[in-house]
Amino acid sequence: MNFIIGAFKSACNISVTFSDGRSRKQVPLKKENGQTVMVPLFQSKENITGTISIEPVSGKKVEHNGIKIELLGQIEMYFDKGNFYDFTSLVRELDVPGEIYERKTFPFEFSTVEMPYETYNGVNVRLRYVLKVTISRGYAGSITEYQDFVVRNFSPLPPINNSIKMEVGIEDCLHIEFEYNKSKRRESTGSGANTHVETETLAKFELMDGAPVRGESIPIRLFLSPYEMTPTYRNINNKFSVKYYLNLVLVDEEDRRYFKQQEITIYRLVEAS
Amino acid sequence: MISNGIEDEDKWLAEGIAGIQHNAFYLHRALDSDNLREALKYAALLLSELRTSKLSPHKYYELYMRAFDELRRLEVFFKDEDRHGCPVVDLYELVQHAGNILPRLYLLCTVGSVYIKSKEAPAKDVLKDLVEMCRSVQHPIRGLFLRSYLAQISRDKLPDIGSEYEGDGDTVMDAVEFVLQNFTEMNKLWVRMQHQGPLREKDKLEKERNELRDLVGKNLHVLSQIEGIDLELYRDTVLPRVLEQIVNCKDELAQYYLMDCIIQVFPDEYHLQTLEILLGACPQLQPTVDLKTVLSQLMERLSNYASSSPELLPEFLQVEAFSKLSNAIGKVIEAQVDMPIVGVITLYVSLLTFTLRVHPDRLDYVDQVLGSCVKKLSGIPKLEDSKATKQVVALLSAPLDKYDDIVTALTLSNYPRVMDHLDAGTNKIMAMVIIKSIMKNKTFVSTSDKVEVLFELIKGLIKDLEGISTDELDEEDFHEEQNSVACLMHMLYNDDPDEMLKIICTVWKHITAGGQKRLSFTVPPLVFSALKLVRRLQGQDGDVAGEEVPATPKKIFQLLNQIIESLTVVPSPELALRLYLQCAEAANDCELEPVAYEFFTQAFVLYEEEVADSKAQVTAIHLIIGTLQRMNIFGVENRDTLTHKATGYSAKLLKKPDQCRAVYACSHLFWVDEPDGVKDGERALLCLKRSLRIANAAQQMANVTRGSSGPVTLFVEILNKYLYFFEKGNPQITGSVIQGLVELIKTEMQSDSTTANHASDAFFTSTLRYIHFQKQKDGPMGEKYGSIKL
Repeated sequence: MNFIIGAFKSACNISVTFSDGRSRKQVPLKKENGQTVMVPLFQSKENITGTISIEPVSGKKVEHNGIKIELLGQIEMYFDKGNFYDFTSLVRELDVPGEIYERKTFPFEFSTVEMPYETYNGVNVRLRYVLKVTISRGYAGSITEYQDFVVRNFSPLPPINNSIKMEVGIEDCLHIEFEYNKSKRRESTGSGANTHVETETLAKFELMDGAPVRGESIPIRLFLSPYEMTPTYRNINNKFSVKYYLNLVLVDEEDRRYFKQQEITIYRLVEAS
Repeated sequence: MISNGIEDEDKWLAEGIAGIQHNAFYLHRALDSDNLREALKYAALLLSELRTSKLSPHKYYELYMRAFDELRRLEVFFKDEDRHGCPVVDLYELVQHAGNILPRLYLLCTVGSVYIKSKEAPAKDVLKDLVEMCRSVQHPIRGLFLRSYLAQISRDKLPDIGSEYEGDGDTVMDAVEFVLQNFTEMNKLWVRMQHQGPLREKDKLEKERNELRDLVGKNLHVLSQIEGIDLELYRDTVLPRVLEQIVNCKDELAQYYLMDCIIQVFPDEYHLQTLEILLGACPQLQPTVDLKTVLSQLMERLSNYASSSPELLPEFLQVEAFSKLSNAIGKVIEAQVDMPIVGVITLYVSLLTFTLRVHPDRLDYVDQVLGSCVKKLSGIPKLEDSKATKQVVALLSAPLDKYDDIVTALTLSNYPRVMDHLDAGTNKIMAMVIIKSIMKNKTFVSTSDKVEVLFELIKGLIKDLEGISTDELDEEDFHEEQNSVACLMHMLYNDDPDEMLKIICTVWKHITAGGQKRLSFTVPPLVFSALKLVRRLQGQDGDVAGEEVPATPKKIFQLLNQIIESLTVVPSPELALRLYLQCAEAANDCELEPVAYEFFTQAFVLYEEEVADSKAQVTAIHLIIGTLQRMNIFGVENRDTLTHKATGYSAKLLKKPDQCRAVYACSHLFWVDEPDGVKDGERALLCLKRSLRIANAAQQMANVTRGSSGPVTLFVEILNKYLYFFEKGNPQITGSVIQGLVELIKTEMQSDSTTANHASDAFFTSTLRYIHFQKQKDGPMGEKYGSIKL
């Protein structure tokens, strides 16, 4: 729908400035075109305030039917590309229909915004938050500008945090050569017949070399920091889930593999600092 | 097939080395450009070559050493934070991101080493983490090498006392814990190696395992180097923990090697103070473990320790080292049911050696060891195993070597009982050892009781033992053995004549039981030993205050008569004859005329009845004449009888020259050049004349048989006898008689010029020269000779 805009040179420059932009933490965000940009980081129930500045190009006037700013929480399925499902949509009218001759700024404020879901860039699905500024024009089509931002939410400690117990056994096979632990991420989208499950191996990590004897305990230390991870997402707006699994693989002498899988919950704690 | 296996291995090794070199190239480049990420990447790749399962330990070691060299370079790089810009704490985490376990852990150990050096974390924490993390490698060979690497990089970084890494609190304990844990894990891996691979390669596996043993043992060495391990810590923690592992691993190879390691690496002082603990573990080991070697080593070390300073002896006594060792050996033998008897005896030999070196004064200990051995041996009738026999000989020889004195051994009640368990052959060998020891040390055996014991010990030589057929005897060996016994007789001595006589009687009792073939060896020394005693008693003879004195020459001579008589059954008449003559001479010196006469009679009887060979007769008659000549005790009548017989026998010899010589020798029986000697010039001359006649007859006989006269040697010999008596003043021998004899010889020689005999010519010439020489002398001798005209 925006292709027409792309064909013409924009009549004005629109920029979004957050009021606490200087002090707010910036995090990298991968754009669709593969570039990484730094965007501000928010969490749910924060106030999102700032100003919109509209500057017509070289003295041209911009005639409009009204200016609004929307805060959108969107889920985009890649099998259904371009089709955004908004789970959050807040609108603020910035200006009544009129004309803009010179640079003009509008303050905006969304207070205590509910943003229950975290920004997520998956294989088949993307969840993003965006501020969308729309200058409505009757005949020439609207001018829109997007400003992405990232939402991360902290969760409390889960009530149950058991140690993970997994067993892999092979009957009648005494000699086991390797044991692997794979940490996997599984992203499932849609529901029912439309369910798409995408499993991505985050890391292969060798745990043990050789065959242990009965009763031997082998220490495992897996640092997650090198991996791009998110908290576990369960059934986000009935659209998708992201789950993490430990997959224990046992490889015997003849290269036969034996698996055991265990879901683990990843959560984000309030940073200590 | 096997060669293929080796070739394949070489190929795999070559591939591994190539892989290491390839990645080392990129690693070096990364290091040169201070690129941490690349360095880690290539280091991990390089280390991945160590993941191979295809190499034998030997080849794997080669690969490991190459990787090791590269890790040293990497460590240098890690140390220099300026180069890579990553604090060591972060580096410690960073290397753990590696996906493969083995490279990850090698890198972790390498960074760990740097981490400890940086002192940013206590050494004990880092070490604990490393030793724990290494558990992840459960493959025996790879695990052993990894842990060996850990031991290598950590050995100079232990939080030992006085080390720069010593922390607060009892960090020595942390150092000990670390090494102990690494040791335990390595041993487990090592033991487990035997279960890898098919059964048919068991031997190969054992060999390979043996190649790796020092990797495990090195941990014990590291432990022994920890300054902070004092006796208390060693006794209460280190030793029990190490032993626990050794006992629990239930592996023969490991148990043997590690026990030996403990003994070798830790100080003797510790061993002595922890004997009970160390020995307590022994019976718990596998029944096939070669404990005799282990214990022998221990005892040897302890005895060396004891001999290093005499001040240590109280310590040995205080800890009751002997009884602890003795008990332990008993228990080990009990536990190892299948231990061959040779092993058992070897253990006792070691214990005995220990005892002799540490407690040389404790004969009761020695006897106790022998007693235990007897107890063990009593289960089996005779030793068949040659190795075991050898050990028994060693066991029995040890006290002899130590005490230089067989007498000490004779007081050991168990000594002969051990000997009883030897087979006849070895018994003899042992007897020889005993005799040699006596001879070497010149030990006199001085009482008849001891002689009794000694002869009981060497009975293998004294009499025929059951179970050995006389056919098997080697003549030469037999002679050597009997000669040794003969030598031994001279070492049986006591200054007290009564005791000496007892000794002689005891010996006699034993050698009569030895059978006739030994008598010719054993009788002469005994006779001479008895004669020696006689000579000592000679002069102090006479009934002392009417008391019953056991040792009188008379009694001894009676015994001697018996002893020599025994030779008749051998028979050995010539020997007996000589001995009779010896006795006669001794009796002469003791002024026992009837006894001397009796001995001569015996000698003559033997001569007449037993000496048949003509040559033997010649020798015998000369011996008789020689002995008789020296006798001065005989009254006229006895003397006449004897000299008469002697001359009679002389004239009856088979050959004329022999007759001639014997007869002129008889001349000395009538003219003894001593103040109290017989001086019967006439009869002496008669003998000489008779011999001249015989010489003539001999000459004629030679003429008849060969057509020419024989040599004139006999005449010259007789001439010399004439000259002797002439000089000694026999009035019957005059210058003219000699002159006549010289003329006779000259004539004989001229008529016999064809068959000139150089020897007799020379003899005659020098005799004449002697006469000339005497003539030219001044004084009575020159005057005397002046009457001879040549």
